[in-house]
Amino acid sequence: MSTVTKSTVTTAKPVAKMKSRSQGQEAWRRLKKNKGAMLGLAFLILLVIVAIASGYIFDYETDVIGINPAEKLQKPSAQHWFGTDNLGRDIFARVLYGSRYSLIIGVGSVFIGLVIGVLCGALAGYYGGMVDQVVMRINDMLYAVPNIMIAVVIVSLFGTSTFNLLLSLCVTVATAFTRIARASVMTIRQQEFVEAAYAMGLPTWKVIFKHILPNCLSPIIVQATLSIGTTIINASSLSFLGIGIPSPAPEWGAMLSEGRNFIRNSGYICVIPGLAIMFTVLALNLLGDGVRDALDPKLKK
Amino acid sequence: MGRYLLKRLLLMIPVVLITSLVIFGAMNLTGGDPALALAPDNATEAQVEMIREELGLNDPFIVRYLKYMGGMLKGDLGTSYVTNKDVFKTYMQRLPNTLELGCASVFVAVLIAIPLGIYTAINQNTWKDNVGMVFALFGVSMPNFWLGLMLVLLFSLKLHWLPSSGRNGLASLILPALTVGMGLAALITRTTRSSMLDVLRQDYMRTARAKGADERRVIFRHGLKNALIPIITVIGMQLSNVLTGSVLAETVFAWPGVGRLIFDSISKRDTPMVTGCIILSCVLMSLVNVLVDVLYAFFDPRIKAQYVRRER
Repeated sequence: MSTVTKSTVTTAKPVAKMKSRSQGQEAWRRLKKNKGAMLGLAFLILLVIVAIASGYIFDYETDVIGINPAEKLQKPSAQHWFGTDNLGRDIFARVLYGSRYSLIIGVGSVFIGLVIGVLCGALAGYYGGMVDQVVMRINDMLYAVPNIMIAVVIVSLFGTSTFNLLLSLCVTVATAFTRIARASVMTIRQQEFVEAAYAMGLPTWKVIFKHILPNCLSPIIVQATLSIGTTIINASSLSFLGIGIPSPAPEWGAMLSEGRNFIRNSGYICVIPGLAIMFTVLALNLLGDGVRDALDPKLKK
Repeated sequence: MGRYLLKRLLLMIPVVLITSLVIFGAMNLTGGDPALALAPDNATEAQVEMIREELGLNDPFIVRYLKYMGGMLKGDLGTSYVTNKDVFKTYMQRLPNTLELGCASVFVAVLIAIPLGIYTAINQNTWKDNVGMVFALFGVSMPNFWLGLMLVLLFSLKLHWLPSSGRNGLASLILPALTVGMGLAALITRTTRSSMLDVLRQDYMRTARAKGADERRVIFRHGLKNALIPIITVIGMQLSNVLTGSVLAETVFAWPGVGRLIFDSISKRDTPMVTGCIILSCVLMSLVNVLVDVLYAFFDPRIKAQYVRRER
């Protein structure tokens, strides 16, 4: 069954056919040539290693949230590379440990948002008519409200918790995926291989999942990479406003929110967590742009 | 054009109805009792009950909603549970601050982004282009509130050039406007560049050059003018976002804007204030969107022609 799909794709991309590489291999080959994307990828791999390792290197109770008033507000030194905060906690340890929150929240809410968004978008694009109208009008409404506001409303109404934070962030993500999935499905629905799949007697859900969706993967993958970056910024913004991850946890935005009160004399407290957010998001954006160019070379001229 | 505008303005009515229902419903149906929050700590149950009665919280939801909407038709958006002040007046007190910051940041953004976008597009794939694009990339990757903190650190605390917070004259506007504006600039730069790149490839650009128009004229009159529509779209989107208040920048700079007002009211469960402010923000955003549509027609005769045809 899937051979029908694949052959259509390969004929659409003559380059891939000529060198008899799969579409994925071909994209990877192009991606490897993109220095920015590789730099981003390397940084992200490093970050994932750091996030995993920090759980073993640092003891959460003592190194990360343990209060040590004797060493408070120390400037960066050999002992405390990034200095210490107002409660004497080592900022280096906290920033490294904080990568866990950003990565989990970023990937988590994008994943949930992707599943919801792609489902809604695929249904809207496939069935059209009433379903399309209802899904898209709700989508328009959510799209019109600035995404921080949606998150603020959800989190303040349902209370601050990591789950509610995930939920509030994935709403924004889902709207983007709905739009993309709908547009791709609408263009693909008309093609012959979909008709062929039908003619072979497949049920609708199977046609959507096995034949239509695999063919709109590229824009979805690109959007996913870029969304993780935006979501990490949004998550840290909410923590900065005091309604994201609750206090002692070393989430980067929360660290900035606390550090802000000491910016007058200890400005360094506010520098590092922000740099951490920026480089993470930068890496994701570099990778996302690279993946887009690799998956759709026509776009890059 | 006139009929189209009227239609757009009438379309705002269902938007207001739906938004008010959603916000009012969400604020009412999810836990939290404003009466409890308002009552002094040592209040008896009877006193709390009295406050509840006074605020009309004992009525069923639908009655409260209808009462609220009835008031709105008369131009009364209710009074705040917390401060007991008129919602409309409170919003209007904050609005000029938000408009000031919003317009200033969009101005900063346009001032940076459009020249940069054109410049990078003309120098596509050279090091100049790369530098510009890296700038834009950093711009979208930076959390806005952090940029604000860094600007405060540099310009207020190290150099002592500008005030770090509050709203007091032009000097206090610079840092907040830069903070919000830089974030917007990144996106507008990218849009300007890609839109210009599309236009630069067109045949009429070659024709203009062949006719001997000088390069500046070619770029601005023939190029930019045709590239403007997507740019206006992005600017309009940003503007309507900024008008609901940039709650982050307002937090960093203690700027008394609408964003902070809404944020604080949500955390205090001040239902009339939240509902009123969001409805007013929606109306404002719709107005901006209509304005953007009018601008389309102004810059693109093809779009103008459509309106004219439709009216015939």
